[in-house]
Amino acid sequence: MKELSFPFDSKNIIRRSPALRKQLLSDGSTRIKKKVAVLGGSTTDHIIASLELFLLNFGIEPEFYQSGYNKFYEDAVFGDPKLDSFAPDIIYIHTTLRNITKLPSVPSVKAEQVTNDLNEQFELFRQVWESLMKRFDCPIIQNNFELPLFRHTGSYDCWSTTGHAAFIERLNVMFSDYARSVSGLYIHDINYLSAVCGLTNWHDSEAWYMYKYAMSTSVIPDLAYSLACMIKSIYGKNRKVIDLDLDNTLWGGVIGDDGQDGIEIGPETAVGQSFTEFQSFIRGYRDYGILLAVCSKNDEENALLGLEHPSNVLKKTDFVSIKANWEPKDRNIAESAQELSLGPDSFVFIDDNPAECAIVEGQLPMVQTVSFSSVHEAMYKLTRSGYFEVTAISDDDLHRSEMYAANALRAAQQKSFGSYEDYLVSLEMQAVICDFKPVYIQRITQLTNKSNQFNLTTRRYSENEIQAVSQSTDHICLCGRLIDKFGDNGIVSVVIGRIDEDILHIELWLMSCRVLKRDMELAMLDELVRHAKTAGIRIIKGYYYRSPKNSMVSEFYGSLGFVLDEKSENGDSVWHTEIENYKNKNKVIRITEKEHHNENK
Amino acid sequence: MKTNEIIPRLNEVFRDVFGDSSISVTEKTTADDIEDWDSLAHISLVAAVEAEFGLRFKMREVSAMKNVGDMINLIAERGR
Repeated sequence: MKELSFPFDSKNIIRRSPALRKQLLSDGSTRIKKKVAVLGGSTTDHIIASLELFLLNFGIEPEFYQSGYNKFYEDAVFGDPKLDSFAPDIIYIHTTLRNITKLPSVPSVKAEQVTNDLNEQFELFRQVWESLMKRFDCPIIQNNFELPLFRHTGSYDCWSTTGHAAFIERLNVMFSDYARSVSGLYIHDINYLSAVCGLTNWHDSEAWYMYKYAMSTSVIPDLAYSLACMIKSIYGKNRKVIDLDLDNTLWGGVIGDDGQDGIEIGPETAVGQSFTEFQSFIRGYRDYGILLAVCSKNDEENALLGLEHPSNVLKKTDFVSIKANWEPKDRNIAESAQELSLGPDSFVFIDDNPAECAIVEGQLPMVQTVSFSSVHEAMYKLTRSGYFEVTAISDDDLHRSEMYAANALRAAQQKSFGSYEDYLVSLEMQAVICDFKPVYIQRITQLTNKSNQFNLTTRRYSENEIQAVSQSTDHICLCGRLIDKFGDNGIVSVVIGRIDEDILHIELWLMSCRVLKRDMELAMLDELVRHAKTAGIRIIKGYYYRSPKNSMVSEFYGSLGFVLDEKSENGDSVWHTEIENYKNKNKVIRITEKEHHNENK
Repeated sequence: MKTNEIIPRLNEVFRDVFGDSSISVTEKTTADDIEDWDSLAHISLVAAVEAEFGLRFKMREVSAMKNVGDMINLIAERGR
């Protein structure tokens, strides 16, 4: 919804929130349901109201628990039966400067005392997090602290022993250090957010006196949006691709008219410098696992000429898909999406021509468009919009572009083989199929949250839940990593089965779409059966729960030779197979228990 | 600003904030007359009225507001 996309009009959101909410809830889209506990150090009514809108807009339907005013500490440390029975999926601790109780009182306080107070202040929060972690297996989002607007000493406040800004900055560093050392705690950077909104806009003492709001009502949508971005990122709802126009978006000028010598990129001119900076900025997203693509109205030859300009930061090989032709851009985006096995809702499209953006919005409303008016503004929009908000980084993220490039090579080679099986054999595939090793937990969690198409039950797991099943003796957990001669695809398949005497119920079976039709699913089944037999299992039961996106696997168990037990009207089905006489099905992938390279990972 | 200029604009604000297009406020309207007029809505209302008329209510004014008429008087004095 346009009203809730960045840049949004905060005043409009506060004023029209009931209408926006109604519109979202009646738009017919399917959303995942999440229970969000908000533990506040101040009143959080408007935060919850705005957060609900943004989450709905991101495809998450929240249900809220709200602590009493400033009861975050009590709720966390001593517990609350209502919070317990609410069983949150995610906890947000909304504390601010107003909750810091140990600020140095007078300039005569000694450095040692300040440090003691700082540690005590930190301990209080650590207690909150650790108590919550003990009680709930779920992600916790914690604000850091904004700087005060008012100060006695000017700049001295940020570096003197008893300066308040100095105290807060130290506390913020302690929060970050701690968050890095544990898993499941995420810092929400209101220090940045308050700066970007401006401290004069952020702070509003009267809102505190009247409503016990720790910030101005006018910036609450900014806070809620930033928070919603983290939550949707945790649940795997980030965008995945930046699809870029070329002329006047990646360089200045028009390659078809100005030629390679005429376009502006590189240090010679101010405009050239700005595009160099923009390319570097975009390249930075690639480094975090965002895929880059080109969508340009150009003769392909000219587009490539532009991409070969020696001053480019982005090279042709940085893009996983290049569409340079005169077809409508929405059609090109749809094609790129198909090639990459991604939905158009994974795309952010950037173009300097507002008309192109409008056409794409009209034809593919799920594509997020960014109208590029200047490098500075485009970078700001990408920064604040949170399309690619990072909450965790897996090894796969760091190598994603290479993996897609290897995919393109595979596709090219496939064409030259007589039979498909010959092609599969030629890939020299080997799979490591093992239980959930600690290094894989993050990637497995990520997969359970973002795989939609090849996903039999679409059950979502938090990192802590994955941790828990991996250690449970009642579960068989397998993850599969597929390697071939073009490269390592990383962890691409996950199966979780629950043991119930001699029956194994498959609660989750998913596979990344980038390894479809490689017989990896057969290799997974072979291994699953092997483990199941060891555990004394006689029957494996498979479940298919229909979702708007997983029709691809509706007959999956049937294709593996399972027998259909029941089929519901809504499309769900239950299957079983007896494994006593099971014969291995995979013929093209060599299975190894241990990895041959990257052993240390 | 005159009361008859204020009321239609103010009425739109009320309709938006309460999500109810049947609302019709008068100077005598109070929180008791509108079902969803809770503390959350009150804060939204104050923020939305301030934004609509480009003024800022003082704390004492907010706490002393007893009906829509009080609000209109303040807008008449300082609103745009």
